[in-house]
Formats: sequence, structure tokens, C-alpha cells
Amino acid sequence: MLLADKFESLLRLGDNTLILAQRLSEWCGKGPVFEEDMALTNIALDLLGQARLWLTYAGEVESKGRDEDALAYLRDAHQFRNLLLVEQPNGDYALTMARQFYFDTWHHLLLQELLKSTDERIAAIAEQAVKEVTYHLRRSSDLVTRLGAGTEESHRRMQTAVDELWPYTGEMFAPDAVDEALAAQGIICNPGQLHEPWLKHVAEVFRQATLTLPSGTWMQKGGKQGRHTEHLGYILTEMQFLQRAYPGAKW
Amino acid sequence: MSMYAQLVETGVNQLQSRAEMSAEERAFQERVDAGIKIEPKDWMPEDYRKTLIRQISQHAHSEIVGQLPEGNWITRAPTLKRKTILLSKVQDEAGHGLYLYGAAETLGVTRDQLYADLLSGKVKYSSIFNYPTLTWADIGAIGWLVDGAAIMNQIPLCRCSYGPYSRAMIRICKEEAFHMRQGYDIMIALCRDGTPEQKALAQDALNRWWWPSLMMFGPPDAESVHSAQSAQWKIKLFSNDELRQKFIDQTIPQAEYLGIRVPDPELKWNEESGHYDFGKIDWDEFWNVVKGNGPCNRERLRARVQAWEDGAWFREALVAHAEKQSQREAEATKAA
Ligand SMILES: [Fe+2]
Ligand SMILES: [Fe+2]
Ligand SMILES: [Fe+2]
Repeated sequence: MLLADKFESLLRLGDNTLILAQRLSEWCGKGPVFEEDMALTNIALDLLGQARLWLTYAGEVESKGRDEDALAYLRDAHQFRNLLLVEQPNGDYALTMARQFYFDTWHHLLLQELLKSTDERIAAIAEQAVKEVTYHLRRSSDLVTRLGAGTEESHRRMQTAVDELWPYTGEMFAPDAVDEALAAQGIICNPGQLHEPWLKHVAEVFRQATLTLPSGTWMQKGGKQGRHTEHLGYILTEMQFLQRAYPGAKW
Repeated sequence: MSMYAQLVETGVNQLQSRAEMSAEERAFQERVDAGIKIEPKDWMPEDYRKTLIRQISQHAHSEIVGQLPEGNWITRAPTLKRKTILLSKVQDEAGHGLYLYGAAETLGVTRDQLYADLLSGKVKYSSIFNYPTLTWADIGAIGWLVDGAAIMNQIPLCRCSYGPYSRAMIRICKEEAFHMRQGYDIMIALCRDGTPEQKALAQDALNRWWWPSLMMFGPPDAESVHSAQSAQWKIKLFSNDELRQKFIDQTIPQAEYLGIRVPDPELKWNEESGHYDFGKIDWDEFWNVVKGNGPCNRERLRARVQAWEDGAWFREALVAHAEKQSQREAEATKAA
């Protein structure tokens, strides 16, 4: 039971980073300035690296012989466990940055908790990841601030973006039975405890960015349990194309 | 010309003899001949400066536009490891573009000016990037052939006479070697370890990329009117035909190891010359691609223009924010 929960939880970690990396890599070669293009690609590479560590470990915990690629390429949408937030389309650069900022703030808090995991492997992966994510968070906080407090247009775009994605933030903090079982063993933290510090950081950055903190309380949910938005199917169609078209081939 | 800069005008149609040179020009040429690097602050002939700007900026544009055909497969890479490698490779190419724009800026132009010339279509990039990437095997073929050809051309440029260019090339060449290896590694996976279907993909990719790769070295020497001057300035160290031959000689055994064949019925080893003889290159196709009639010219440029235009508000916002910031700092100092 605990192993099944741990597998489930590792999939969530792996799928969040994988799907966000996939989204970010859509920007490669299309960024608004070269330096930005390269920085965003760096973040995609970091997240992809983390995804591979989580998924590899998930496969080992499951012990049915599935490696990172079997898990990434041969599951259907309802078997993915990522947050709805990370599968949302890139939109304009403001939307990409808003998504990144909401995610990074949460991701950074989560990894800091996972450093204390009673599972040594989880703690070790978190230790590697937290260094990268510290930089991600500094960068997205800074960009949201500058875009919010930039021009009238950038402010408008940034406000629209943070409003648009707000309903996808609640899911990050909503615990389910899997979270609770693992938190009881000290393997992961209860995501509910991340909400307050998350909100504090977001509010502080928005204050500097002259952005209004959205006040909506209705939150979308389901990604963690495999109920996704329509976007995920298309992400997977693209990502999994070769593995599906040439079953069993090695690349 | 330089591989990613296939057609660089030098502004000079006939070489000057020593006697025709001014004292400054003679001193400059003597430094070049002695292998002493020319640095941004040194005196240099105006045509040398302009030629270098053209050559380096064409090369930079090629790196930047070159992100697109391979970027096309990042989201579809077949394994997470391949995705990681491809993503970092395409990111390297952007980095190469940046080093090269930086080198060009030492000659008294700005990156924005140079980039505007690319977007307006005034300055070209390598014709190779106007071909489409249709299957995953194209990613292997590009690394193997296109980056392979780039290395062949750029290693000598590490010794070119202009200091900042030569140093940029040294940095770039290290990464290009990794690019070529990852491409050939994809080809090995398809051809030697893959299924017959995968090997067919690799053969098809070679069929489509072979001739355009040979064209990358630029027109035949007999038609390269500006080469002599560039050679004297040491910003071109080998002729187009020499490099092309070297590339063919290096690549054919690699194709044999893969068990695929280049699409050239006239290709054969020449015992006497110690080189491969090869068939006629379709220079008509080359000139058409250069003129804008390649399969992807319009898409490539459009993609770049679109990214630049879509990013305008972002760049303006960062500038505006920086201005507000420095204004606030100035006011704070005044108040203090
Ligand atoms: Fe070059
Ligand atoms: Fe390059
Ligand atoms: Fe390269």
C-alpha cells in the first residue's frame, strides 16, 4: 500500500517536471530575446533532468520493469499525475512567466521540505533539484516584477496572465489520501502546509510588481488524480509520437 | 566562404601588390603574415573590417536560424535522453550566435543592427537551414553532416587573423565536436542497432541531406571571386573545393560503417589522387535556395520575424523598468 502510494507520489513529481519541461521547450528558438531563449531552455533542461530522476525512481519503486521512457512515453493521459497548471499552454511570454512563477514558488517550498524526507533517495534528488529551483524562483520572481512594473502593456499582459492561471493554483495545496499516507511516514510533506508561505511570497512579489493578487476562490482540480484538461492529450500525442509509431524500437 | 557564411563579398576584386599598398596597409599585411592577431583597436583596412562584419554576421545568423530545423523535433524526441541532448544542442547554437554577434560588435556595429539585416532579408544565412526536417533521422543527419561540415570549416578559422573571431571559433568548435558525435550516435542507433524500418529512415535522411551538405562549402573555387583577398587576410584558410573534398573523404567511410549509401552514382575511390571522385553538384538548386526559393526559406525567416515582433512588448518592458529603476535611484541619491 505504502509502495503504491510512493509510486503515485513519485509520478506526480516526475510528471510535473516532465510536462513543464515539455511546455518550456516549445519556446526554444522563439524567445523574445536570445538571452531569454537560452535561460528558459536552461530551466527546461533542469526540469527534464529532475523528471528523469523522479521517473527512474518511480519505476524502481513500482518494480515492474518500467524505466523513465516507459513511464514518459507509454502512459495515456489519465495515467499522468501532473498538476493542471503545468499543462496549460504557453500563451504569450507573460502567461509562460506567470505559470513559471506560481510553479517555482511552490516547487521551491516543496523541495525544501523533501530535503527532510525519511526516504533517502527522495532527499538526495531534492537536494540536487533545490539548487536549480532556487535559481528558477529568483528568475521568475524578478521577471514577474519587472513585467508587472514595466510598461502599461506589460502590466496589462502580466495581470491577465496571473488572473488566468489563478484557478490552477489551488490544486498544489490540496492533500489527498496518497499525500496523507506518505506525510504520516515523513516521506513527503503535507502539501497543505505550503499554502501560507506560497501566498506570502506571491503577494510580496505582486506588491512590487504592482499586480493585484487574484481573489477568486474557485479552484480547478484533478490533475494529481489523472483527470486533466484537454491540453494534455495533445502534449502526449506530440511527445509520444515516435514511441507509438515504432513500438519497441530503440533510439 | 566560411561554411555558415557561403557568399561573402570582400569589396575587392583584385589583390593589391605590396608596392600598391600604403604604409599602414603594408604593416597590417605583415602582421597578418606573421600570424599576429589583429585586435579591435588595431588599424585595419576598411574592406577587411566590412568583410569580417559580413562573414561573422552571416555565420551568427546561421547559428540562430539553424536552431529552427532541429528545434522542430525537440518536443518529439524519442527518449528523454535524446530530448535532453537535442535541447542542449539547440541551446548551444543560440550561444554560438551570441558569441559571434559579440565578435562582430567589436568591429563597430551593434547586434540589433545586424539582426535587423537578417530579419529584413538583407543578409543571408547558410542555405542548409532552408531544408525541412521531416523525420527523426534528419536530426541524426544534421548533427553528423551539417555540424561535421561546420567543424571542418571552423577548425581552421580558429587560426584566423582577427582575434575576437578566432577566439569565438575556438569556443564554438569544442561544442560542434559534441554536436557531430551526438548526430552520428543517432545514426548508429538507427542503422546498426535499429530495425530495417529505422535504417530506411536514416537512408532517406542521407539522400536528402547529402547534396545540400556539400553545397554548404559554397560555390566552386573557379566562381569564388572574393576568395583570394580573404585568403590573403587570413579570414579564409582553405578554398571551398579543398574543404568539400576533405569532407567527402572523411564522410564516406562513416557512411560505410553505417551501411548506408550517399545518393551519388558517380562516387568512387580514386587510387591515384587518394580522394573520392564525386558527381556534379546541382548549383542551380544552390543559387535558387540562396535566392529564397528553398523549401523553407519563407518559414524560417517568418518564424524569426514573428518571434522578434511577439517579443517587442517584453523588450520594451525591461527597458522601461530599468529606466524607472535608475530614475528612482537618482532621486534617492538626491534626497540623501
Ligand atoms: Fe563558419
Ligand atoms: Fe553552432
Ligand atoms: Fe552545432
